[in-house]
Amino acid sequence: MGHPLLEVKQVKKHFPVKGTIPFVPSRQSVKAVDNVNFHVMPGETLGIVGESGCGKSTLARLINRLISPTEGEMNFKNKDLVSLSKRDLRTVRKNIQMVFQDPYASLDPRKRVGQLIEEPLVIHGVGDSVSRKRRVAELLEIVGLNPRYQNRYAHEFSGGQRQRINIARALTLNPELIICDEPVSALDVSVQAQVINLLKDLQKQFQLTYIFISHDLNVVRYMCDRIAVMYLGKIVEIGSYEEIYHSPKHPYTQALLSAIPVESPYENKERIILTGNVPSPIAPPPGCAFHERCPFVMDKCKTETPPLIETTEAHRASCHLIKKEEE
Amino acid sequence: MGEELLRVEDLFVEFKTGSIVTKAINGVSFSLHQNETLGIVGESGSGKSVTASAAMRLIPNPPGRITSGSIVYKGQDISQLNESKMRKLRGNEMSMIFQDPTTSLNPVFTVGHQLMESIRIHKNLSKREAKQESLRMLELVGIPAAKQRLKMYPHEFSGGMRQRVMIAIALSCQPQLLIADEPTTALDVTVQAQILALMKDLQREFGMAIMMITHDLGVVWETCDSIIVMYAGQVMERGSVRQVYDKPLHPYTWGLLDSQIASDQNSQEVLPAIPGSPPDLSFDVQGCPFADRCPYVEEICRESKPARVAIEDGHEVACHFQTDTSELTRKEEANIGASATGS
Amino acid sequence: MHNETASDRELLYEEQYKRAQKEQSFMRKLLRNKLAAFGFFVMIVLVFTAIFAPWIATHPPHQMDVTRTLLGPGEMGHLLGTDSYGRDTFSRIIYGARISLIVGVAAVVFGAVFGSLLGVISGYFGGKIDAIIMRIMDGMMAFPFILLAIVLMTVFGQGLMNVIFAIGIANIPGFARVVRGQVLSVKEADYIDVTRSLGAKNTRIIFHHVLPNSIAPLIVYATMAVAGAIISEASLSFLGLGVQPPTASWGSMLQEGKDYLVLNPELATISGLAILITVLSINLFGDGLRDALDPKMKI
Repeated sequence: MGHPLLEVKQVKKHFPVKGTIPFVPSRQSVKAVDNVNFHVMPGETLGIVGESGCGKSTLARLINRLISPTEGEMNFKNKDLVSLSKRDLRTVRKNIQMVFQDPYASLDPRKRVGQLIEEPLVIHGVGDSVSRKRRVAELLEIVGLNPRYQNRYAHEFSGGQRQRINIARALTLNPELIICDEPVSALDVSVQAQVINLLKDLQKQFQLTYIFISHDLNVVRYMCDRIAVMYLGKIVEIGSYEEIYHSPKHPYTQALLSAIPVESPYENKERIILTGNVPSPIAPPPGCAFHERCPFVMDKCKTETPPLIETTEAHRASCHLIKKEEE
Repeated sequence: MGEELLRVEDLFVEFKTGSIVTKAINGVSFSLHQNETLGIVGESGSGKSVTASAAMRLIPNPPGRITSGSIVYKGQDISQLNESKMRKLRGNEMSMIFQDPTTSLNPVFTVGHQLMESIRIHKNLSKREAKQESLRMLELVGIPAAKQRLKMYPHEFSGGMRQRVMIAIALSCQPQLLIADEPTTALDVTVQAQILALMKDLQREFGMAIMMITHDLGVVWETCDSIIVMYAGQVMERGSVRQVYDKPLHPYTWGLLDSQIASDQNSQEVLPAIPGSPPDLSFDVQGCPFADRCPYVEEICRESKPARVAIEDGHEVACHFQTDTSELTRKEEANIGASATGS
Repeated sequence: MHNETASDRELLYEEQYKRAQKEQSFMRKLLRNKLAAFGFFVMIVLVFTAIFAPWIATHPPHQMDVTRTLLGPGEMGHLLGTDSYGRDTFSRIIYGARISLIVGVAAVVFGAVFGSLLGVISGYFGGKIDAIIMRIMDGMMAFPFILLAIVLMTVFGQGLMNVIFAIGIANIPGFARVVRGQVLSVKEADYIDVTRSLGAKNTRIIFHHVLPNSIAPLIVYATMAVAGAIISEASLSFLGLGVQPPTASWGSMLQEGKDYLVLNPELATISGLAILITVLSINLFGDGLRDALDPKMKI
């Protein structure tokens, strides 16, 4: 195995909470991302799953450096993204692109599609206007849109077509890593499949590395080589997709998998129904953050935070049950 | 299944904005029985939500208008009923829950206030009785510490809890017909499982009919008895859930079934997708609206609109070529279609 | 095998698309609104009147004639009569349109440029800069406009330029607020994040994405502000703080007319009507503009 493309080490993002007294900073903070470690190998797809509020989108914005981490290190091709100067960051950004969830909000309504796709080239001063125009036409072709449409505005396209435009834009600068933040969850199923196929196809064609964030476990399973499950700002389980889907170790992963809707009217699913709500990320419960809702809770879980324990090679989960099994 | 509760016959709805007329619904027919759950499936713009609003006569006019067709509720045509009678019907007999639980509750009133308000509008109860009743409803939909929760505001609730409150409000007048417009789309999977289970339980308890509007076939398999598949404002196929699952007749239904990612989907294979996107309904659509995306399109499809044909009891399809499609040919053909679109 | 029919269909769609595009063009959308069309028409007439005043006016606007004072409309060849100095009311109204338009547009441009700049900085960067700028704007807004104008006039003296200057300054906080609010909402949009993630600098984001998306409400507000500025100019002139006599201005004509309200009510009425019609039609036009400028709105 080669060197990881991206290595995230002990990354934390805490958003300060507005205090009740004006001008007095509150000591509380929302721990959106709390001590997250993982790496991404070149050419692979890492899936990040979790429910709303688990910090997966914050993580995406951290890697893309739209926001800065409170603590931690993020090495992209051996350069720490956190300590880079503004200028160096701009060049690194050429290599990390992002596709956002909402295909309607992520395209400037006042710009023509051709201008939008050309913009990354303009920003980074690549080529002259003729070669840029050629690239735009080429990109539209690649994502399966008619280059004739480049003079139209984004709102004249359907959701799936817009997402194709977004993907074309992300491809413009030939990046190595693309972070897809729920790229298909706003699309209809039939269109969803088109966009997923496109993403897979592009990955092969351009040797792309993806970080694929989604709440749809079937989509993630189909897209990803490895999967990280997040709960309340932490990665609770990470491993290859076979491991995660066929022998999930963390009770939360198990509950998540059991909640996937059935696939036929004949199927009757045994469900782990979780009780209660996701606790507040301002004051997460002591010990394991999941213990209040866990069906297998033990005394130890209430006081001690379980570390990520390796169960097999490349499969780790943070749960006290694993130790117990071994014993 | 009980007796027929609602029958929609050849419904047409259009929206007019300026000089542009969008024909949102073009000849939709279906019926719904007591105790039955009907799934209305389709992509965005297929007219599924408009159909639901039309059934409750909630289409804003202008710009929307029911141009023809009948909506028969318990033997009475309500498509021309006046607004005050309709209002009575809406509260007491039918209610609706919406997709977004964040915006369907008023942020400036407590949950208890909103629940009590809806109870008192429809039932002649004193304040105290209404309070008792709302407490009972909140407990019914599985909200813990209901007494304290009554005094809380919507923003203090999680998304799933809010949807439970919405269900409590919708059920507070014991409706015979509950229309659920994508009730779990905005929710997380684990919460979705909870809410769907709750709705099934409550149906068993109250015996109401549910119209479940969704784009997620999994939700349909899980909760519904029968299904109508909508596309471009028309019903492409309707039947019982098992009929449609076992023997889908319309190419669009095949496409829809195939593009769901199954848990045993080989990730090396290209996903079968339906190429193209739905037609713009502000333009005239001639013939079959699916013709442009259909892998089996023939001349006739572009020329004439296919009529609805009953294949077996309760299983209908609107396609020119539905005569002999067994499960086998479907799979075969779908695979050909998939490899053709994937290239 | 169906290629031919498919491309035929595509052509048909293309045609339908183009027709829809035409339907949705800006001017069509604007003129479909009857009131806006009326406003637009009146404004065109007004602009022409102002430009070609020397050719339209029947008399020189400052020409006094003591033998022909306070004539009624139509008397002795004076279309709308004369004032107490025997000056032709019609011609003065025509020339007054010049003053009104110049002051209205120039003051608003002044206010818009500086106000928008402050608003963008304030909204985009936020934090302390925002707090400082907006508190200053609040202070300016709390200060009575007329008082502000009087102060400025006494400091800088009277005259057309200073009227423009005074009204322009008074307009700054309004523009700053409108633009700031717009920028605040635009800057939260996903496409701004996308652009930032592409590596764009702040200046590019502001001038290529934030400003163009904030411009529609700005234009609408500016149109309305022109109407407001015309009223302000008239008020200042009415109070004798505005354009200096004998220059014809609707405000000063109204002021002169008020002394003859009983005997010659048409003097005040005519200048008052001129202000009323102008302001009303600008506002109607502005309303129509708001709807037509929204690219997503189909009317």
